[in-house]
Amino acid sequence: MKTVQFAARFEYLDEIREFVGKIARSGGFSDKDVYNIQLATDEAASNIIEHAYENIADGVLELSCGMNGDVITIKLIDYGASFDPSEVPLPDLKADLSNRKIGGLGIFLMRKLMDEVHYEPKPDKSNILTMTKRKR
Amino acid sequence: MNITVQEFKHCDMIKVDGRVDSATAPQLAEALESANDGGKYKIVVNMSDLEYMSSAGFRALLAAQRNCKRYNRGEVVLASVPERIREALELAGFTELFKTFDDPLQAVGHF
Repeated sequence: MKTVQFAARFEYLDEIREFVGKIARSGGFSDKDVYNIQLATDEAASNIIEHAYENIADGVLELSCGMNGDVITIKLIDYGASFDPSEVPLPDLKADLSNRKIGGLGIFLMRKLMDEVHYEPKPDKSNILTMTKRKR
Repeated sequence: MNITVQEFKHCDMIKVDGRVDSATAPQLAEALESANDGGKYKIVVNMSDLEYMSSAGFRALLAAQRNCKRYNRGEVVLASVPERIREALELAGFTELFKTFDDPLQAVGHF
């Protein structure tokens, strides 16, 4: 696994997507899967920056990514407020325009685009989000 | 991300190029709001040179669609949506909320 630390700011999302995109591409994922892996990672990182580090300017986001056989693993570690994506209600995708909820969409996409999404708050106050996807 | 606005007789075309994520979506939201502030509610979002859009961009589109459709005064339509972005919009259930056109001028002709 390769690991990089980023300041938890939206301006680094480009680099975050590039980092996982490179590993997914050289791991042999299709263009479509590379895009979707980048999208899921962006959504995960955006949620951490927006929610875990809400009102915290100097948060750190540690991103690890690597291939193991046909599986890519992406791990995001933060030290902000715990925020379990699996507890966020899924958006109602059938709701009409006026009732469509704006939140929860990023988490929904993460779960749809990746095979597995795990979230684990640790006793040392870190939160570990792990996502995996297998090559088809 | 880069945004250009072109005014037509019956609508405005907002062309959004590059990548829309949480860092850049506020600029897209601002462009859409400023069209609305100018009394323009019929809007074509031209995505022909758009490379990437996260849910932050989807939210900006949703907010604009709500505002434009209010009182039946207009709507936001999407033109030349790249395949990857269309798939993500579909997954999010957004394709039902927006008319889409293959060609930007065809979208302009819709109004």
